[in-house]
Amino acid sequence: MKFGWRAKLAGAVALMAIPFAMPVSGADDTIKIAYVDPLSGGGASIGEVGLKTFQFLADELNAKGGALGKKFEIVGYDNKLNAQETLVQVQKAIDSGIRIITQGNGSAFAAAISDFVTKYNERNPGKEVIYFNYAAVDPVLTNDKCSFWHFRWDANSDQKMEALSNYMKDRKNIKKIYLINQDYSFGQAVRTAALTMIKAKRPDIEIVGDEMHPLLKITDFAPYIAKIKASGADSVITGNWGQDFALLVKAAADAGLQTDWYTYYAGGTGGPTAMKQAGLNHRVFAISEGIPNLGYGPADEFEKAIRAKYNFSLFYPRAVNQMRMLQAAIEKAKSAEPTKIGAALEGMKINVHDGGEGYMRADDHQFIQPLYIASFGERSAKEPFDEEGTGWGWKLAGKIEAANTVLPTTCKMNRPAS
Amino acid sequence: MLELVLVSTLNGVLYGMLLFLMASGLTLIFSMMGVLNFAHASFYMLGAFFGFQISLLVGFWPGLILAPLLAGFIGALIERYGLRNVHRHGHVAELLFTFGLAFVIEEVVQMIWGKLPLDYRIPPSLDFSAFTIFSTNYPAYKMFMLLFAIGIFVVLLLVLTRTRVGLIIQASLTHPHMVGMLGHNVPRIFMLVFGLGCALAAVAGVIAGPALVTQSNMAALLGPILFVVVVIGGLGSLAGAFVASLLIGLLQTFAVAVNLSFADVFGLLGIHSNPVPFLSDIWFVTVAQVAPIMPYLLLVLILIFRPTGLMGTRDT
Repeated sequence: MKFGWRAKLAGAVALMAIPFAMPVSGADDTIKIAYVDPLSGGGASIGEVGLKTFQFLADELNAKGGALGKKFEIVGYDNKLNAQETLVQVQKAIDSGIRIITQGNGSAFAAAISDFVTKYNERNPGKEVIYFNYAAVDPVLTNDKCSFWHFRWDANSDQKMEALSNYMKDRKNIKKIYLINQDYSFGQAVRTAALTMIKAKRPDIEIVGDEMHPLLKITDFAPYIAKIKASGADSVITGNWGQDFALLVKAAADAGLQTDWYTYYAGGTGGPTAMKQAGLNHRVFAISEGIPNLGYGPADEFEKAIRAKYNFSLFYPRAVNQMRMLQAAIEKAKSAEPTKIGAALEGMKINVHDGGEGYMRADDHQFIQPLYIASFGERSAKEPFDEEGTGWGWKLAGKIEAANTVLPTTCKMNRPAS
Repeated sequence: MLELVLVSTLNGVLYGMLLFLMASGLTLIFSMMGVLNFAHASFYMLGAFFGFQISLLVGFWPGLILAPLLAGFIGALIERYGLRNVHRHGHVAELLFTFGLAFVIEEVVQMIWGKLPLDYRIPPSLDFSAFTIFSTNYPAYKMFMLLFAIGIFVVLLLVLTRTRVGLIIQASLTHPHMVGMLGHNVPRIFMLVFGLGCALAAVAGVIAGPALVTQSNMAALLGPILFVVVVIGGLGSLAGAFVASLLIGLLQTFAVAVNLSFADVFGLLGIHSNPVPFLSDIWFVTVAQVAPIMPYLLLVLILIFRPTGLMGTRDT
């Protein structure tokens, strides 16, 4: 049998059309969440872990019946860590009928999504899309640039630095601090907060370096480490995440740089391995909303379950809170309509993953929760979990109650008329 | 300060030598065939991934030999069965061919090894610190990278200047038709040079893989800088590529170490207030922050003031 070129062309077009036609069917019996984060390039290692974490959480909720009898489904979209591509992928997700977007890596991209979603919702009443931010911590997202459609589950950079600097002010061995951060909105937010807060709380500390480097593009930090070394710093503050943290510490290990590190995301993929390699026993401190070794029963059970399935530990307790609150909000609103989910989430209280109460502040959609400062190193009997097979684990250094993490907001929320 | 200068010099020379391993192949291929090989950095990536795979089976050292051979062989095949056919359609077709090839290689690598960074380890026999400068340790593996790259450079130089093969290659660089008339198989020389160039890039990949990050975007990260090196050195000039590689390596490393901004420079001259307020962003940007774009700035300047490059003899 021989086909003419027209038939072949028609066949090819038909074949190509199939993937686009697929998502429409069955859109009603599942609640789809588009996960828009880097799944290739320098951010892939961390994006991949996030995707699997969300899938694990969706499975957990589905096993308990989902929400309103519907199952959750996570669909991954690769934003290649690029603002333009992020919006293309969000549009693609919306086109295939998804109305809940989640993203976390990169505040610059978070701002782009928040802006896009807000405008999209103005133009498309009745087809609103909601955006859940699980990790982008630039304070501006819940202040000047806040939006009704944006909800943030991670403590913002100012909250974290407030807690971290309160802890640092009592550590008398700190004399000279070096700042190294990624050169984009988040890194700048960390830098600014660190400069003002350290100066206010410990004026005697000298800031001997203030570095901004390109985001996730550097494969060898040796030149930067040489500079830190030359500055004579005894402590480094960094907001670096993903590869930028792991490679930074790896280069420090190679050069034999021994300083204390005050970080936001030391626990990310590759971080623990590098810290062990550098021999920084309990010299790296990280601020987060939870660590594995808190001895809180339900969290320990969860930790065991996720480690049994994947070869990583839970890096995103905030994602757990986010998914559980989404489920609760849908049940409360008796609808999976984004507008109703948004209204239900405002002010909602929940027992957070690592114990204690948290709530979604209605004023700015910033989740308020207890925070923990932990150091990484050798474990005692009280710390059952290690990281990345290093034998070392997280140990609690200080807890900040939810009430003490509250900072004022400048947000003037525009709520949809209902 | 002296410590910073010494360590930065070592780091800069090391990075420069890695660049040279790649730039030498690229510039050889260009001067011979007039092909600007956009896929050149992809062979660097292939080298790293092959090296990783072989190191899993038989260890790092066999990988150091086998991976470049394999990549060189693939390069030669691509020249013989791809590029040679495309060649008939002129330079634009060749350019597009290598451009497409870079994407194909990246996709294939992603299909086989995935998009995540691989756990390509430094061989245990080199996992210690070689020496200490004041208080900074310098890893033995980096020292090995440096010496190995210099070794390759010396061998390459000897082959090109002291052997018969080198003589023919040099002759084909400038007078391909004459070499053909003298009875040499110029297409085969082209194929071998292409393969050799790819193998050199792969060598760089194998030794850089464990020290830097082995992942599918490593070609894209390094590709652009490679062209900068070749253009600054002068297209087709091996010596130029060497000088430009070291220049770029040192420039990038030292730029990171310098905290100078316009504000500081003018401060030294006694001007303390910013004369143009809306340019305050530029006023306070330090050299360290613009380090990544410095090579490209140099590229633009070179193209304006000396289009042939530092040591190039002909225009493109």
